[in-house]
Amino acid sequence: MKRPSLGAILLGLVPFVANCFSVALWDRVYPTVLSLPFNFFWLISWLLLTPLCMWGAYRLEEPRALDTRSEEGGTD
Amino acid sequence: MNPSLVALAIISGIVAAGSVVGFFARFHHKMDLEQWTVGGRGFGLVLVWLLMAGEIFTTFTFLGASGWAYSKGGPVLYILGYSPLIYVVSFFILPLIWEVGRKYHLQTQADFFQVRYGSTYLGAFVALVGVVSLVPYVQIQVTGLGLIVEIASFGAIHRTPAIIVGFALVAGFVFMSGVRGVAWVSVIKDLLLLLTAVFIGFAVPHVYFGGIGRMFATFAQTNPGHLTMPGATKNLGHAWYVTTVLLISFGFYMWPQYFAASFTARSGRILRRNAVIMPLYAITMPLMFCVGFSALLIMPGLSNGDLSLLTLVRKTFPAWFLGIVGGAGALTAMVPAAIQLLTGATLYSKNLFRPILAPGMTDQQVAKLAKIMVLVLTSGAVILAIYSSLSLVSLWLMGSAGVAQLFPGVVLGLFSRRATTSGVFAGIAAGISIVVFLMLTGRDPYFGLNAGFIALCINFVVTGVVSALTPVRVAGFEETLPTLPPSQSGSAVSLT
Repeated sequence: MKRPSLGAILLGLVPFVANCFSVALWDRVYPTVLSLPFNFFWLISWLLLTPLCMWGAYRLEEPRALDTRSEEGGTD
Repeated sequence: MNPSLVALAIISGIVAAGSVVGFFARFHHKMDLEQWTVGGRGFGLVLVWLLMAGEIFTTFTFLGASGWAYSKGGPVLYILGYSPLIYVVSFFILPLIWEVGRKYHLQTQADFFQVRYGSTYLGAFVALVGVVSLVPYVQIQVTGLGLIVEIASFGAIHRTPAIIVGFALVAGFVFMSGVRGVAWVSVIKDLLLLLTAVFIGFAVPHVYFGGIGRMFATFAQTNPGHLTMPGATKNLGHAWYVTTVLLISFGFYMWPQYFAASFTARSGRILRRNAVIMPLYAITMPLMFCVGFSALLIMPGLSNGDLSLLTLVRKTFPAWFLGIVGGAGALTAMVPAAIQLLTGATLYSKNLFRPILAPGMTDQQVAKLAKIMVLVLTSGAVILAIYSSLSLVSLWLMGSAGVAQLFPGVVLGLFSRRATTSGVFAGIAAGISIVVFLMLTGRDPYFGLNAGFIALCINFVVTGVVSALTPVRVAGFEETLPTLPPSQSGSAVSLT
């Protein structure tokens, strides 16, 4: 199948770096933000920031998906 | 009036109302298999969102997440960690799965493997992995129902009879409602659960501490180690976190019921948009953690962390409110359990039993078999629920490790021309063997790493090596592969 564009993959990697690989950097109680422990605040923020990254990926991928559909003669 | 009677009466009322809605919803639609399993592939953004969100918010998130916050502390953050990431992965693979699903009339996950790798046996093997992994997931729901009945009766109904009541509710619900009914009840339970979860999440810390911030401040003074990893555990540190988050992120949409949910969408674009907005739904999750943390400060020493949310609600609020929470919780267990059971029974009958053991079976016989399978699977889950003492989250991790072994076959199936039938077969077999061995011998985590993740890595290597050594039979979905007949076996899995 058609592979996703490099830009979309990089945007998809951002939440993985933030939520997963960098755990040792943010898994701490202080400094508290909005009176939440830092690790809580960090992960909650990424619930909101991940849609932003993926919205960017959507903007990159959707035109390509449309190309594929018209190549195949699809009407969807 | 006796508080346990009030609570139990309200729970029964909510469960009965839900079942009645399910029962009547199914009468409006005459369904063939295509309609029944994948909703005619005509669901739009909102309905797909509701369906996926509804299936994902289960007893595991409601009782299990607060339970782990109570008993384990920091490691529970892995749930918040993987929540947005599963949608990132879904963004890249679900639209493609949808596309081949439409092209080849796929209805189940095993169909995908069968068509892509040209092997009925591989399809059957994948179905077996799916069905077996679903058992602990159903067990979570049955156990959750048992806990609700036990707490709401103030201990008057003990664990084992409570679990059997849970079993009766789930099995009855599946037979009464069918999938269309389940979808309607799902909307009701989502609203009820969201409202109660948000209310409890804010109200409990407010009543005891004057707010979530103060609750955390108290916690940070008295027991700061509980809030970070490894929390109250010795072996669930950062390496475990990273490997577990990766395992679930890759494995989540390998659950056969979630995989097949992508076939219900009207277009691939709907699935992409859905993936963009879904992380917002997880915003209720931290509130469940707050309840678990509050419970540990208020009433430490519970033998079972999974009881913490319900016990705290019982202690804090009047009996009628416990009834509403219990009723919401009961529907939250019944709806996903019904979908899991229907998926498991369909996989078993359509992709495993008939093609391998009894190709001559009529559709009516297959339908009967699927009904029996619902009972078999539920009974298996009940027996396990009665005899096992694993926490809800541990059960979920076990099933997830199993289904995640299907990930290499799906991803390579979509993007690689080199993956062979034997390679994928060998990879899944190796992965599953390692998961079973490490978990049954108590080696999870193994050297601080998630056992399922270790198995997934070995699975990828075995798939790659064996694929390199064996000839390619089918080089990808772009080839014109034999399509499954549009409405194979009409009433095969119509349980109602």
